[in-house]
Amino acid sequence: MSAIATPRAASANSFRQAVSDGLVVAWRNLKRVPRIPELAIFAIIQSIMFVLLFAFVFGGAIPLPDGGSYREFLMPGIFAQTVAFASAITAIGMTEDVKKGIIDRFRSMPMSRSAVLSGRAIFDLVYQSFIVLVLMISGFAVGWRVHGTVLEFFAGVGLLLLFTFAMSWVGIWMGLYMKTVETAQQMGFTIIFPLTFVSNVFVPPETMPSWLQPVAKWNPVSTLTAATRDLWGNPNPYASQGFPAEHPALLTIIWIVIMVAIFGPLGVRKYRSLSN
Amino acid sequence: MSTHLREAILDAPPLEPPTKPNPNGFVGVIREPAPGKPLAVVAEGLVKTYTVGKSTVQALDGINLTVEEGTVLGLLGPNGAGKTTTVRILATLLRPDAGRATIMGHDVVTEADAVRSIIGLSGQYAAVDEHLTGRENLYMFGRLYQLSRNDAKRRAKELLEQFALTDAADRVVKTYSGGMRRRLDLAGALAGHPRLLVLDEPTTGLDPRSRIAMWDAIRDRVREGTTLLLTTQYLEEADELAHSIAVVDQGRIIARGTADELKSDIGGERIEVVVTAHEQIDAARHVLWNGPDADVTIDLHTRRITVPAHGGAARLAEVIRELADASIPIDDIGLRRPTLDDVFLTLTGHVAEQTEGNGNGYLDETRGQS
Ligand SMILES: Nc1ncnc2c1ncn2[C@@H]1O[C@H](COP(=O)(O)OP(=O)(O)O)[C@@H](O)[C@H]1O
Ligand SMILES: [Mg+2]
Repeated sequence: MSAIATPRAASANSFRQAVSDGLVVAWRNLKRVPRIPELAIFAIIQSIMFVLLFAFVFGGAIPLPDGGSYREFLMPGIFAQTVAFASAITAIGMTEDVKKGIIDRFRSMPMSRSAVLSGRAIFDLVYQSFIVLVLMISGFAVGWRVHGTVLEFFAGVGLLLLFTFAMSWVGIWMGLYMKTVETAQQMGFTIIFPLTFVSNVFVPPETMPSWLQPVAKWNPVSTLTAATRDLWGNPNPYASQGFPAEHPALLTIIWIVIMVAIFGPLGVRKYRSLSN
Repeated sequence: MSTHLREAILDAPPLEPPTKPNPNGFVGVIREPAPGKPLAVVAEGLVKTYTVGKSTVQALDGINLTVEEGTVLGLLGPNGAGKTTTVRILATLLRPDAGRATIMGHDVVTEADAVRSIIGLSGQYAAVDEHLTGRENLYMFGRLYQLSRNDAKRRAKELLEQFALTDAADRVVKTYSGGMRRRLDLAGALAGHPRLLVLDEPTTGLDPRSRIAMWDAIRDRVREGTTLLLTTQYLEEADELAHSIAVVDQGRIIARGTADELKSDIGGERIEVVVTAHEQIDAARHVLWNGPDADVTIDLHTRRITVPAHGGAARLAEVIRELADASIPIDDIGLRRPTLDDVFLTLTGHVAEQTEGNGNGYLDETRGQS
């Protein structure tokens, strides 16, 4: 340490270092994407399968109460489901990095203590934007349309990406706790799967048993889906029934803040004490 | 661990000297560097216990260790001796339960950041990103060691050349051989120009040719003046690379010195006999030695028996006569200076791992195990 470094200079420096280290880690993750193309392809195919399955197979049997287009109803939910699932992929990636010893290597280096995690979150944001873009084009092909203004469209996209970022921190935290890649996989499925199905993604929650309805309504995947449906002018049945249905965007933002505020620090703490 | 318990450990009476008689009562000698020399590493009374479920494993039982600046210390010990645990504590990855350690004067727990900017670690398993190229890996490590973009690029190029990886530089690491990965891993540890290089079993699992290439690469770094702490299971490797060898077993340092010092510690020469018939190994062993089992090495494969030779050449002549009297035909007999294998056997009461393909054959069985 140099004697002239004031605390303020040091903290400004360490912030700059955290950003720069985080970007290096994000760069590393981005470099990997084209080298493991299966990962991106399966993520996209999986979501497209859901679109096809629900748009063409089940969709006919799920009438919307006010007769809107099921495909327009479906797509915002598919986007939300996709970015929620992405957190399972994030968890698997983190567990893999721990297992392969690369995290230990990072921990032995003079780098920012949060950079490995924030780098992953930044990467998820960029990578999921690309996946969502591909899905939006696919959605357009099966008849999904946006009816709001350009501003509303981008507000919806922004909400979706903020949510991606928040879910990424949940995935990072989970990944650091998992002992094996297989448990990370199973954990992802057992938690994220119900979260996306007990929601308003495929069917309106009002069609569910009454004890399940509160879960489906307050669920962050549901609030995000409802918020983007509203913003994009897609059908959102029962939009004015109950608090979550009336304020989905507000609730989504609250969810995002809660997730980042809880899982960010928890993840960094776990990272610092790994293997102790 | 509760703070209570932790304090109790810290307040405990000083640890007894880290020497421990082995089953046959031999006590190793521990030679510390002469006082006043600048020390790169100082570890005092490191204790670490792992808890898995309800069982606990005492991995370190009071490790004391110093490494003089500009020298190579080889931490030699069998699997499970506590080498990796020691390295992980020194590299700030793990907190000791008790004891303390400093690197160039910086405490590994309270000044971890300072320590991290001094050391370069290459762990027991190559920790490089398989999906990046060699060059990308080194660039990334350089950046994370806080080099500028240009410096990191330049450093990556330089290291690829030094480690004979230039041809493979732009291939993904997935396509690398085990030896290339280890070299890349070592190069990664050097990306930040560390003052202390820490290598955990750098050649374990490598074929003989890659091992020698790795040794050359390591020796080059040492010639440049990097201080090196190296762990190994191979006596030959410690002998090749280290100035000073610390023998570790069951979480303690049981001897320390140069290879020659350790050899002379365990005293004189050995008698080595190869008997003609497999069935006569047992009989020959009784003729040769009636001291503790721990001092005898028997290689069933080559029918070679090795015992201490108290009395040198005179004892050899005696043994030849005794074997003839007992009608035990032999293929070969001779005196030889003790090797590090003998040192290890005498110190620990069990045999150290063998370097693959060292031409001596493996020790299939040891009667010395108690
Ligand atoms: N994470 C761990 N959990 C439980 N036991 C461990 C762990 N790491 C090492 N050990 C145990 O501690 C002892 C020392 O291990 P280690 O330091 O890895 O030895 P070495 O590197 O010399 O082979 C061994 O008995 C090993 O089984
Ligand atoms: Mg080890």
